[in-house]
This record gives sequence, structure tokens and C-alpha cells, in this order.
Amino acid sequence: MNLYEYMGKSIFREYGVPVPDGYVVENLNDVKAFTKPVVIKSQILLGGRGKSGGIKFAKTEADLKKGVTELLGSKIRDYTVSKVLIEEMIDIKKELYVSVTLDRTSRSPIIMATSQGGVEIETLPRENIFIKTVDPILGYSDFMAREAIKFMGLSPEVGKQFTGILRKLYEIFEKKDCELVEINPLVITGEGKLIAADAKVIIDSDAIFRHKEFNVVDPEKTPLELEANAAGYSFIELNGNIGVIANGAGLTMATLDALTLHKGYPRNFLDLGGTDNVEIVAKAFEFVLKANPKAILVNIFGGVTKCDTVATGIVEAKKRYKISQQIVVRLSGVKEDEGRKILSDAGIEAFPGMMKAIERVVKIAGGN
Amino acid sequence: MSSFVDEKTKVIVQGITGHQGSFHAGEMLKFGTKIVAGTSPGKGGSKFMDKVPVFDNVSETIHLKPDATMISVAAPFVKDAAMEAIYSGIKIIYILTEHVPFHDSMEIVHNARRMGSIVLGPNGPGITAVGKCKIGIMPNKIFKKGKIAVASRSGTLTYEIVNAITEAGMGESTVIGLGGDPVVGMNYIDVLKEFEKDDETEQIVLVGEIGGSNEEIAARYIKENVSKKVVAYITGRSAPQGKRMGHAGAIIEKGVGTAESKIKAFGEAGVKVAEYPVDIPSLLE
Repeated sequence: MNLYEYMGKSIFREYGVPVPDGYVVENLNDVKAFTKPVVIKSQILLGGRGKSGGIKFAKTEADLKKGVTELLGSKIRDYTVSKVLIEEMIDIKKELYVSVTLDRTSRSPIIMATSQGGVEIETLPRENIFIKTVDPILGYSDFMAREAIKFMGLSPEVGKQFTGILRKLYEIFEKKDCELVEINPLVITGEGKLIAADAKVIIDSDAIFRHKEFNVVDPEKTPLELEANAAGYSFIELNGNIGVIANGAGLTMATLDALTLHKGYPRNFLDLGGTDNVEIVAKAFEFVLKANPKAILVNIFGGVTKCDTVATGIVEAKKRYKISQQIVVRLSGVKEDEGRKILSDAGIEAFPGMMKAIERVVKIAGGN
Repeated sequence: MSSFVDEKTKVIVQGITGHQGSFHAGEMLKFGTKIVAGTSPGKGGSKFMDKVPVFDNVSETIHLKPDATMISVAAPFVKDAAMEAIYSGIKIIYILTEHVPFHDSMEIVHNARRMGSIVLGPNGPGITAVGKCKIGIMPNKIFKKGKIAVASRSGTLTYEIVNAITEAGMGESTVIGLGGDPVVGMNYIDVLKEFEKDDETEQIVLVGEIGGSNEEIAARYIKENVSKKVVAYITGRSAPQGKRMGHAGAIIEKGVGTAESKIKAFGEAGVKVAEYPVDIPSLLE
């Protein structure tokens, strides 16, 4: 789960990583009296906010009010701004970059740092970035910071601060179950102080159970996604018109791919998971129907999830939700013959092979 | 010879009395897997299906000399269960559980490596040496003894492909679910080394998906090190950037982990990539 900048910065503050003085507002009335120049930052999860007009600067009280008024409620690409962070303006002399993240291949944390901060790290040549793999059992040690300092050519005064910051970032990465802790830019001020001008923190969603402090609504999910997730379904909204229910994440993705290759357009991703429960199958339709698809495809390879259970669930859903859209089903695997008989008795089309079902549903939904 | 497990492998099931654990342990017994014991804290002294002894702790099973364990406990308890297995010297640890925090998985994998154990999963369907040993939840009836090894990051999609191979009149040697998480114990290269050595394997199928770059790394490895024929299927071509497609590991981040990149890497290594899962048999010889 991606955290907003202000949430990341509050973790930084808690752990002693220096951040600019600032506060968050949701409406104009909460804006404090103007005392010094500030920057007003939209709290949205979009890289390159500045270029998209999501960041404003205020040198006067009037600027501040105008900036907050303009940003709150505005739409930046797909994001509506509901909160802004008002922070003291910092005197930027140089911008660095530092992060701790997961390297999947070594199954280990990696530290990345560069003296060319302020731009997206992916755009930099690999040789300009300091990269250190950390053994998760041995953990972090300050020599890693020293290596980074030498690589970046930092002065001893700045280097000392950098070591403190990196040590704390690694501590946050471990203690808060992070996928990523990133400061970009990490600013060297005119006075030679290091300060985190931005904060990007991603928490492992699977670890939220042991971090009640992050028990917040995932800002990147749609209301329907949140509702379906709460009911136990892995569900993602997409832009097409064919509702999809399948079992297993891989097979569900493969179903979306096959539809797309046939010029069909999936409306959603819904993975039933492994279940042998009629109600779990029936209830899945509730969320697919809320997405208002033109037709529905169910693609099941039966194992733990038995085909007759799925068929019974589909028949139940059709009755319960008075489904008017055409449902095309592919059933293969454990109890497939029983399952297809249940469906054909209820007047629902069922195929043994995936490709036939894909072709059929695309035809109904009006693809090629 | 098979890869990782065979007819002699003695298996224990951690969490044998749970809903999932008991169902799948039963299916494993039907398959012919040698389950020598199960564990379930507080249920020690009972018998599973009237024949498999159940113990409270893994340490009490050591006299039975287990080679492998299947862990099927809830996500918050997986790290402890895996540590218990590592401390008991069990050499092959298969973790079925989904939603294990990856910080736990990192610790498990690195601790296991130091102690000479192998971890498979988390979040995978298991490993099957056809006709010999099955650990996990793959349906028994899809397999037929043959010469094709399969390694995959997903579950149901693996069954679909194995079933297609079987229906095409071919068969499988070893089928391995690597797991759908960002951190898993074995990557493609680890299993490719085994498949290359295995005299019962003639051809190899890799089933990949979006997220990370292990497919690209595998492709480069195959070009240099694998003499057997390898074919692949990659899912997630239509997935949007930044969305986690069901598996914790199936996500395109900052442009890394796209299906296009993986398909291209395989192409450059001479590995044919099927457009649809059911096309895999037609790419095999």
C-alpha cells in the first residue's frame, strides 16, 4: 500500500529523519496564519506532481489562500485532491536521492543512493547509482553509508547526517514492513543541513495485520474494489465491458489476456481463489454486476474448486440477482460433466475449453 | 531420479488438522506420498486418517527422519513454522500459505540457505514428481508420467497447462510451483539446474507472469547453460501498470516486470512463447 507524502513524513518524524515543518489541511479554514514562504503540495499518489500543477508556492498570505483554494478539490489526471501539505520553503543547494527497497532476485533489501536526486531514479544511468545489497539476517551497518558517501563525494559534515538518515531509513524499512522507503529529493540546504523534501513509503499489504497504525483505506483502490476485497475477493476494475470470474490469479490474468487478444475488453479481474463453497461463487456476481458488464465470462479449471459447486453457485446467482446479461461458462477439471449438466439444465452456456468460451463471450459483447 | 523429491521422500505436514491441511494431506496419501507424520500444536497423540501420527511439535517427528515438510498454517504463523522446520534440519520446506509478509519470507529463505535447507513458495501449489511424490494441492488426476518438467509462478494456470500436456498424449516428470509472491525460495534458475541434471526430464516448460525480472534472468541463463528444449507461457500481457494482479508478486512497477520484456527476453534466448496456455503442447516435440 502506497502512503501519501504526509503519512510518510510523519513516520520520518517519528524515527528522527529531518523533514520540513508543515501541516495538512482539508479545507481553507484550517490554514494557519502566514508567517514565512511556504510550498503547498497536493497529497496524491502521482509521480511528477510538480509538472502536473499539483505543487504551488506562496510568498504572501494571499498566495497561500489562493493556492490552497485552487488545489483542494481540483483534479490532477485521475486524482482528486482532498488534502494539501503546507510546508516551510527550504533553501535548496543540492538534491540527493536515497532509498531502501526489496530486490526480488536476491530476496534481499537493497540500498540505493545518488548525488543526482530530484529526477526519477529509473532515468539515471546505472553507473551513477550506488547500490548495496543487504543480507537480511546480518542487517544494516554504518559502513554501507560510508561507501555511499564516498561514491557520492559528500563532505564530512553532510556525510555524518547522511549516515544517521540511512540508518533510520533501514530501521523504518524493517520495522514498518516496507516495500520501499524513498527520499527524493534529499536536500542539502544552503546551511549544509540534510532534509527530506519528499517521502515515498510503500507498506507490504500482507503485513498490515501487524501494523494497526496503517489500518487506513488504500487510496489507490476504487470503492467497488474495496467492497469486493472486504468480502474476500481479489478484484480489480478495468475499462472494458466483459465481466470476468475465474479461479487462481494466474488463470484469471490468462483469461484477461486471451480476451484482449480476441479484441474483447474485460471489465474486471475477479479471482475466486480455491473454494468449494456455493455462496462464495454466487456472491462474486454481486461485484461483477455492480460494474455493469455487457456479458459475463466464468472460466474455471476445477481442482479444490469443484465444477459442480461453481455451476450451482452460478445458477443461484442468476436467480438471486435476476441477471439479464448473458453468462458464458468454461468448466474443466474436477466434476466438469456434473457442472456442465447443472448449467445446461438452467439454460446457461457451458464449454469444456477456454478458447471456445472466449470466442463466444467476445461475440456477445460486441468485440471482433 | 527426479528433481527435489521422489518415491523415497518422507514428508511431514505442519498444520495437518486444519481445514486445508487435512484435505490436501488426504489427497497426497491417495497420490502415494509417504507422509510419515503431521503436526498440530495441542493435537499431539492423535492419528490422521487412522494411520498418520500427529505430534505437537516438529522436533518430536525427527526420529521418523522426515526429508520434507509442507507448511499449511495461517500467514502470521508461517515464519515460526518454517523456523521450526529449519531448526529440525528438514531439507525441503514447501510453504503453501498465501499473504505471508515478504519480510518474513526473506528471513525464512536466508536462514534456510545458511542451514542447508531449500524453501519452495510461499504462495505456491506444491511440487509433484509424477508417479512418486506429491507435496501440495495440485489435483491428482491431471498428471501422466512423462518427460516434461514444468515450473510456474501460479497454481490453477499450471493445472491448465499440465492438463493440456497430458491431453496431448505427453506427460510430466516434475511439476514445481515456485509461488506467486515477490520473495520466494526458488527462482527459475534454481529449478532449471535441477531439470537440466534430471535424466527423466527431456523438455522444460516455464510459466511466468508479470512482475520482477526473474524470467529475463532465466532467459539469459537458458541461453548459456540449458541444453534441453525450453518453452514458455507468460501471463499478464493485458495487465495495467501499478495494479497487483491477484498475486502479491504480479505487478508492473515503474515499467519493470512487463510481459513484453519477458517475452522478448525468451525470444532472444530461443525459447518459444505460447500465445495461449493451451498452445504449450504444440510447441513441444
